[in-house]
Amino acid sequence: MRVMAQMGMVMNLDKCIGCHTCSVTCKQAWTNRAGTEYVWFNNVETRPGQGYPRRHEDQTTWKGGWELGKRGNLKLKAGGRVSKLFGIFASPVQPQLSDYYEPWTYDYQTLIEAPLGDDFPVARPKSLITGENTKITWSANWDDNLGGTSELGHLDPIVEKIRRESEDVVKFELERTFMFYLPRICEHCLNPSCMASCPSGAIYKRAEDGIVLVDQDRCRGWRQCITGCPYKKIYFNHKSGKAEKCTFCYPRVEVGLPTVCSETCVGRLRYIGLFLYDADRVTEAAATPDEGDLYEAQLGLMLDPDDPAVIAQARADGIPDDWMDAARRSPVYALAKRYRVALPLHPEYRTMPMVWYVPPLSPIVDVLAGQGHDAEDRATLFGAIEALRIPVEYLAELFTAGRTDIITDVLRKLAAMRSYMRGVTLGRDGDASIPESVGMTEEAVYEMYRLMAIAKYDDRYVIPTAHVERAHELEELGCSLDFDEGPGMYESGPFGEASGRPAPVAVETFNALKQRQTSEAAPAGSDLRGRVNLLNWDGNGVPSGMFPPGTARVSAASGAALGADEAEGEAPQPPQTRAEAKQSREDS
Amino acid sequence: MSTFLWGVLPYLTLATLIGGTIWRYRYDKFGWTTRSSQLYESRLLRIGSPLFHFGILVVLIGHIGGLVVPESWTEALGVSEGLYHFNALLFGGIAGVCTLVGILILVYRRRTTGPVFMATTKNDKLMYVVLVAAIVLGLWTTLVSVGAGSEAHNYRETVSPWFRSIFLFRPDVDAMAAAPLQFHVHAIVGMLLFALWPFSRLVHAFTAPLHYLFRPYIVYRSRDRDASGSRPARSGWSAVGTTDRDRSSR
Ligand code: HEM
Ligand code: SF4
Ligand code: SF4
Repeated sequence: MRVMAQMGMVMNLDKCIGCHTCSVTCKQAWTNRAGTEYVWFNNVETRPGQGYPRRHEDQTTWKGGWELGKRGNLKLKAGGRVSKLFGIFASPVQPQLSDYYEPWTYDYQTLIEAPLGDDFPVARPKSLITGENTKITWSANWDDNLGGTSELGHLDPIVEKIRRESEDVVKFELERTFMFYLPRICEHCLNPSCMASCPSGAIYKRAEDGIVLVDQDRCRGWRQCITGCPYKKIYFNHKSGKAEKCTFCYPRVEVGLPTVCSETCVGRLRYIGLFLYDADRVTEAAATPDEGDLYEAQLGLMLDPDDPAVIAQARADGIPDDWMDAARRSPVYALAKRYRVALPLHPEYRTMPMVWYVPPLSPIVDVLAGQGHDAEDRATLFGAIEALRIPVEYLAELFTAGRTDIITDVLRKLAAMRSYMRGVTLGRDGDASIPESVGMTEEAVYEMYRLMAIAKYDDRYVIPTAHVERAHELEELGCSLDFDEGPGMYESGPFGEASGRPAPVAVETFNALKQRQTSEAAPAGSDLRGRVNLLNWDGNGVPSGMFPPGTARVSAASGAALGADEAEGEAPQPPQTRAEAKQSREDS
Repeated sequence: MSTFLWGVLPYLTLATLIGGTIWRYRYDKFGWTTRSSQLYESRLLRIGSPLFHFGILVVLIGHIGGLVVPESWTEALGVSEGLYHFNALLFGGIAGVCTLVGILILVYRRRTTGPVFMATTKNDKLMYVVLVAAIVLGLWTTLVSVGAGSEAHNYRETVSPWFRSIFLFRPDVDAMAAAPLQFHVHAIVGMLLFALWPFSRLVHAFTAPLHYLFRPYIVYRSRDRDASGSRPARSGWSAVGTTDRDRSSR
């Protein structure tokens, strides 16, 4: 046994309202640059739907992830090392921009500058790739809220599969369909196929917390990782010629702040915490012969932080005591292993993904409510879970490689929690038979309810800070996506667009965040070079540049602070301290 | 003139190539990439790029064989000059034509595909001019040789000794001066190409990822325990990267 720590995330899908706030704030923080216009480290898909990039789950086409060889060994679906090298001059399978979409902006200038005339001036869409006029035909969430699904819904690879393998047909008529949102980030896999596909070895997993990063100094643009990742969560920066991916906001996580997507999530449905896992058994688990057993195999890797043997081994493997403590309080461990309600996305890709999902009960609740049934009654709910086969099959294809029994179990637990807590809320004594029927105790259900429904900030995010001595190890292994010349200024490099000197992320983030965390006040934004920097924003104070200078004067007059005149060196006054900010967050 | 071209220029080229590469590797690792354009266009690239690359790699091997291995060695193996040249012209010619066709497809693609053309820098254009010139001139020497049949100039008695003598620091200027014009022009453009190499996208060839065949699939990295805090901003000449580079992958 070799114990390693892994930063993990759980998303409770029932709470996602599909607002895309997470995508937008992530983009603002990380991919708001030339070359990454089409890049969404975080995206929110409506399911059923084709996903982003289109139909990325169809691995017979895209060849992502691992498969089992004849001898039961793991091998890359896109081919072994030699064949990869032979195919390197032009990737045999790689999504084109048309599989994502051609990013665009609007020519707003004409609205202002058009001469007086009879016709209204129009802001025409311009391609961000060529600068030419363009016709918008697709985007990162074109089929949002089932838009166009009655026409294109059959292109969802899972819908296709269900149609092929059972007689069931997913219906897309408004009254007969179901829908939920699936926010996706990089899975920070335990057995990442992106990493295995990288010829230069530029992608690495941080030994301290398992975050998977691309070393921008070592990536040579062989673009094999893009094919390798079955979730298509590695993107090619077409300006710098390098691969980029979700960073799990490592500069924030290192100082104990949740990722930007989690911090800003409107539904407060994201949980961040530690897993301890047995690194020696990862390959073996990923090579489990039957796809249906992969979920159990993955769960089996997760070690119990209360087990004395694990504690002893963790100490021997250099995991600090406060990390062990965080592992014991970890919400993601609780949801995935203790309550067994969180499931990995597409375990059949065999990458051992570390972003887990609580499947939504809403497709079932919605149908019941729509038909006028009591959607909180145990018998009705349990009956519906058995009866509504299509949503269950669909969820099973997403989360358990087709095992509907596992999905049913999880949904029954969620249903049990729902009806048990309804009884309690109505002032009755808890009905102990409800938890029993799903193999849980009343206490466990109540605890689970606290975590999932009350979901306090401090319960959702249990993030141990990097140790000072470990901070040096963690910080800045050369992944900086932020460069001296500033975003979009690659042109100034002497040898083509991308060249130049990177500025370490950590200078800006680690120290600034540390100070911010301990000082109770928003620091002067001078080091942010006048940009809105959401990466560093924890809701405390107003980042400079968030509002145009005009509003600044108004709000400054009304007592709120904004660094409009920061250039003159005046530190902004925070409207509230961190403690207050947190308090108001708790209250609301 | 000959002394400059065949006695001085090679050393200037070598100095630029080696010095430039070291400098670029230290200063601009972030710019060290293939700058792949497959995201924009794939159909033509999938024909042109392999054609060009496999071609150029064979050409490269051919050059090394022809320039580095002395004629006396192959003769000792019983390969006659005629046989050697027949093979060299045949395989060199085929590879050369593949390379040329490949690069013409690539250049056509660059020019006609909007996004790819947009992403083409001045640097790229200069590199393409010199690269295409080198390839065309190389094929020209082959053509002339084929045309001359058995009368063909034996460059292994002129160009090759000169090439080897460069690395012995006793440049055999006279040998090269005796070669016909087409070889002179090809060699000069070749030197120009090598001088440009470190400053163009061609650097990607120096980091051909052969180590992929041997490295473990999963890479863990952590930082040196005694490395100190935030890295200071780098100056243009300081080394890029972390100290664990070679040590910690497992
Ligand atoms: C064995 C080592 C090499 C490897 C693995 C390699 C690989 C690659 C790759 C992956 C690309 C990007 C193609 C794309 O997606 O757009 C590329 C482009 C290119 N390579 Fe190489 N290359 C090698 C050697 C060379 C050599 C020796 C030369 C020239 C003498 C060369 C010249 C080029 C050129 C000109 C392009 C640009 C093609 C275009 O997009 O127009 N490469 N190479
Ligand atoms: S999800 Fe992330 S870690 Fe997993 S293979 Fe894809 S890019 Fe790599
Ligand atoms: S911010 Fe939260 S609720 Fe909104 S789309 Fe993202 S995950 Fe869903």
